[in-house]
Amino acid sequence: MYQPEYEAMDQGELEALQSERLKATLARVYDNVPMYRAKYDEAGFDPSTVKSLSDLAKIPFTVKNDLRAAYPYGMFAVPMRDIVRLQASSGTTGQVTVVGYTARDIDNWADLMARTFASAGAGPDDIVQVAYGYGLFTGGLGAHYGSERLGCATIPISGGNTKRQIQVMKDFGVTVFAATPSYALLVGETALEMGIDIRDLPLRAGVFGAEPWSENMRLQLEEVLGIKAIDIYGLSEVLGPGVAAECEAQHGLHVNEDHFIIEIVDPETLLPVPDGEMGEVVFTTITKEGIPVIRYRTRDISRILTGKCSCGRTFRRMQRISGRTDDMLIIRGVNVFPSQIEQVLTGIPGVAPHYQVVLTKHGSLDHVEVHVEVGPDFAFDEIKALERLQNRVKAEIVSALAISIGVKLVEPKSIQRSEGKAKRVVDLRNERSE
Amino acid sequence: MIKQLSVFLENNPGRLAELTRTLGDAGINMRALMVADTAEYGVVRILCDTPDKAVSVLEGSGFGVSVSEVIAVEVPDRPGGLADVLEALGSEGINVEYAYCFVEPSGTAAVDIFRVDDPAKAQTTLKMIGVRVAGAADLYSIDVPSI
Repeated sequence: MYQPEYEAMDQGELEALQSERLKATLARVYDNVPMYRAKYDEAGFDPSTVKSLSDLAKIPFTVKNDLRAAYPYGMFAVPMRDIVRLQASSGTTGQVTVVGYTARDIDNWADLMARTFASAGAGPDDIVQVAYGYGLFTGGLGAHYGSERLGCATIPISGGNTKRQIQVMKDFGVTVFAATPSYALLVGETALEMGIDIRDLPLRAGVFGAEPWSENMRLQLEEVLGIKAIDIYGLSEVLGPGVAAECEAQHGLHVNEDHFIIEIVDPETLLPVPDGEMGEVVFTTITKEGIPVIRYRTRDISRILTGKCSCGRTFRRMQRISGRTDDMLIIRGVNVFPSQIEQVLTGIPGVAPHYQVVLTKHGSLDHVEVHVEVGPDFAFDEIKALERLQNRVKAEIVSALAISIGVKLVEPKSIQRSEGKAKRVVDLRNERSE
Repeated sequence: MIKQLSVFLENNPGRLAELTRTLGDAGINMRALMVADTAEYGVVRILCDTPDKAVSVLEGSGFGVSVSEVIAVEVPDRPGGLADVLEALGSEGINVEYAYCFVEPSGTAAVDIFRVDDPAKAQTTLKMIGVRVAGAADLYSIDVPSI
């Protein structure tokens, strides 16, 4: 643990610290950021009425559009003379947003990323290859400062030039690799093509994030690279990498709660849900100076894992991100994410991971039918085998989603492919049924 | 052993027509066709003159197709001809998973296609009772007069 005085803090002390920092942050944004003042005045919300964490739910939310409307500097809570770094969000979901950091923000960020590397088991003896992109994207520099702060020998190689990455990894004796999981997989495949088995190298840990990935992908990465793969989480609007990270237990990501307050809310009602229930992740920064965000709706879906972690950290854990609210379906009152179905299908031989969820109404009840492509290499001759496959897919989806569904096997390659975002859901519930 | 194509088709109007048109356009001639259906999909089993070519044509057109090996038996075209053959297989404990038949254009024998759980034992049994088991060369060379 890099900062056990915080990471293993007593729960009561932590809440007192959060509450004090929250009040100070609210006062600062109300005084210094016109967007917050206007929003709070309009909602009739008086920040001085927030006395403790239990008042959180009174505070209006901040959304991505608030940040876009404030482009470029409207969200800054300090004058430019106090800003020492400008970065920008990757812009994958629309217009770019600019984020600014004060010297103290950069300092805190380095600590938080040092915690992240430490929780992956790294220390001053390690050699860390940072293959996140350096530049406007927060991944590269965020990881870089944290790795240096921890005392690791840090290689600022940035992304791309995969063969050189592998050469450096081999020649420099790299022990920790930081990258997006999909890039790490490419590195593994390319190394094999070059005749290098990364499992024979000193590499032992991967610090992977910046995109959603599944548990199956983790198993694959750990197998191909011969490492322990750690999931990390962050978003530039809140900080960049360093908001939350898995420890060596690999069971949920500890949120750095001395700097961020996490809430999970129902994406429809926006009311907080009890710990353990899925919902939209909402963050409030309580130490950020450049751009504090208050109850920022991330649109990421997760839940709080209850219970103590074996690693000794007391910070609560969030489950790995299971999807985005943009993709969420509400079926008979149950929240369902297409990614859950994908996770099931990738584990079943004989089907392709191409599927479509068709929603209809039977009377007043929602009916779900999942169309699944039979794999092109399936032995089609036996009806029995097809029926077994259909039953297995159905049973596994039902057990994963906890709702009853129908499964229809469809011909290979019959579900339309998309070059961009795949269309996974066909919602016919508002159309007249036959 | 005879190569038989099995094609997975959803139950949609016109889909079987598309399948047969695809084969026809490629100059592939079918000897026999049998559809096994469920409520939502079917498996179409096909014997044709050039099975390997047919597989690549169908895969190229996006059909899900696999090849399985079946036994083709020439059964005398008379009452009880098929029953004699099936009784022989049954008495050896060989299970028939499915069967279908077509009549040779020459009109003297029916060709029965069997998918069994133990093909090697089935072939021996059939030879013992004196029925002719057709080889690939026999079947693919069966001369079907053009209509």
